[in-house]
Amino acid sequence: MPSTTETSTVVRDQGGAATAAPPGPPPTRSRRPSRWWAWGFLAPVTIYLAAFYAYPLYRNVELSLREYTVRSFVQGGAPFAGLDNYRTVLTDPAFGPTLTHTLVFTAASLAFQFTIGMALALFFHQHFPLSRTLRALILVPWLLPLIVSASTWSWLLNSDSGLVNAALGVIGIDPVNWLTSPGWSLTSVIIANVWIGIPFNLVVLYSGLQAIPTEMYEASALDGATGWQRFWGITFPLLRPVSLITLLLGLIYTLKVFDIIWIMTKGGPTGSSATLATWSYRLGFGNLLPEFGPGAAIGNLLIVLALIAGLVYIRIERRQQLR
Amino acid sequence: MTTSTPRTWWKTGIGLVLTGLMLFPVYWMINVSFTRDQDMRASPPHLFPTNGTLDGYRAVLDQQLPYLGTSFLVGLGTVALTVALAAPAGYALAKLRPPGGPALSFMLLIAQMIPGIIMAMGFYAIYLTLGVLNTLPGLILADTTLAVPFAVLIFTAFMSGIPDELLQAAVVDGAGRLRTFWSVVLPVSRNSIVTVSLFAFLWSWSDFIFASTLAGGGDYQPITLGIYHYIGNNNQQWNAIMATAVVASIPAAVLLILAQRYVSMGVTAGAVKD
Repeated sequence: MPSTTETSTVVRDQGGAATAAPPGPPPTRSRRPSRWWAWGFLAPVTIYLAAFYAYPLYRNVELSLREYTVRSFVQGGAPFAGLDNYRTVLTDPAFGPTLTHTLVFTAASLAFQFTIGMALALFFHQHFPLSRTLRALILVPWLLPLIVSASTWSWLLNSDSGLVNAALGVIGIDPVNWLTSPGWSLTSVIIANVWIGIPFNLVVLYSGLQAIPTEMYEASALDGATGWQRFWGITFPLLRPVSLITLLLGLIYTLKVFDIIWIMTKGGPTGSSATLATWSYRLGFGNLLPEFGPGAAIGNLLIVLALIAGLVYIRIERRQQLR
Repeated sequence: MTTSTPRTWWKTGIGLVLTGLMLFPVYWMINVSFTRDQDMRASPPHLFPTNGTLDGYRAVLDQQLPYLGTSFLVGLGTVALTVALAAPAGYALAKLRPPGGPALSFMLLIAQMIPGIIMAMGFYAIYLTLGVLNTLPGLILADTTLAVPFAVLIFTAFMSGIPDELLQAAVVDGAGRLRTFWSVVLPVSRNSIVTVSLFAFLWSWSDFIFASTLAGGGDYQPITLGIYHYIGNNNQQWNAIMATAVVASIPAAVLLILAQRYVSMGVTAGAVKD
């Protein structure tokens, strides 16, 4: 309940501001000069953004353009290497598979999280006794520290003593080496990531469902529409904006996923579950001899992907708020 | 509302099953945390900790308390710094609307899309030069980057709802802008401060990437690293690992029980988590 009122206040406020601005220019103009002092309240966060977002980003770009060794990393003076690090990364035989893993991991995670999240949202939208409590409980996987979820799934998927293989054994399926065979490691980390992402999809889609006026359903019920027709005729089209936002946020989030994969498989075995994020970490921090240059280069490729998704998200959200 | 009671209770049944399925891994974590070493590799695995042991939790008490303490301190520091930075910014963006404000909001939106690994590498390079690797303030500063953009967003959204008349009344009473902020805006924004604090604490408590890159070699290691070392060092003592995991989940559980409505507020209003 509070979730919907919250989102609607934001939208209403922005809409209100948009309509309020044109009619009354004189008071706004007379007040405007005095508004610069408001930056006093914004100064801390502005300095913070510059120092702790912009500067690390800049350092990262710089890392990717120089040839660093451990010594020059500490003492400075690494020679400028241009795009060499990027060339190294792009021509690395691991690049193709890693990019593929990243895309498969992202696409599969999104598809399952969204579908299951939508199904659960639709189910919980039919209010029944305890529905609120149960919906809140389902949030647990999303709130747990990722290391907790990842290590729990590691044990569930353990080849010899894991519950999943024991359950498969009951229905006569041979044990699977979930985390230790190259054929299954990517699937395993996708399963864990889907589990973590379902609650988020559920909550956001549920708040979208609540915004659909009940009269729409009553009208279609009078027309004798079945449940399935109602979903495709009313719910799905009206939920499209929220769905799009959910998927894009999921995309931005999934591209960044590092903890789960690193803790469960370290990207292995033999790179079979490595994504751009874990590869970058491995190069920078995972080996005895760090390769900061190529690691930073991969990081920057990743950020380009994330920013493209981010800009699409912002565009879509702006357009929706204007409507 | 016309509800046929038998039908809705039938749905509650399905709801219970679905919730049970979703939460099963959590149950399994708790179950394993009470399982004796000799039962750990039993086939089939014991579904209930019938011969339960507290060995796992004893190991937590013996070995993990320093990690938990560090996480707690880092969490409190992150909360304090996040609120101090974000609340004034939210007030300015929501109520004062200075020129350039929208541009700043846009940058904050972009900022939370930057993958953690990139931030970590940049921070590592900077911290190495400054010599603040493996220090508490260093880790706290890095962890705030997980929460500050979200916090500004939440504060802006909540504070837009404060009636302008309330703020004007304060000005009429002779309060300056700073005083208005301190004695009017902050007290009525209690809900948003709670929401922001809860999430900031939870995210810094859960952080693994900054901990492993910026604090991995020092005296101040948070609980996420405590678990990580456990997994790396002793693959056998899964009851201890899972007991630590259970203890590490307590903040999330407390959050959900005590502050359920703030949680769903945070999820939908911010909608962006790392």
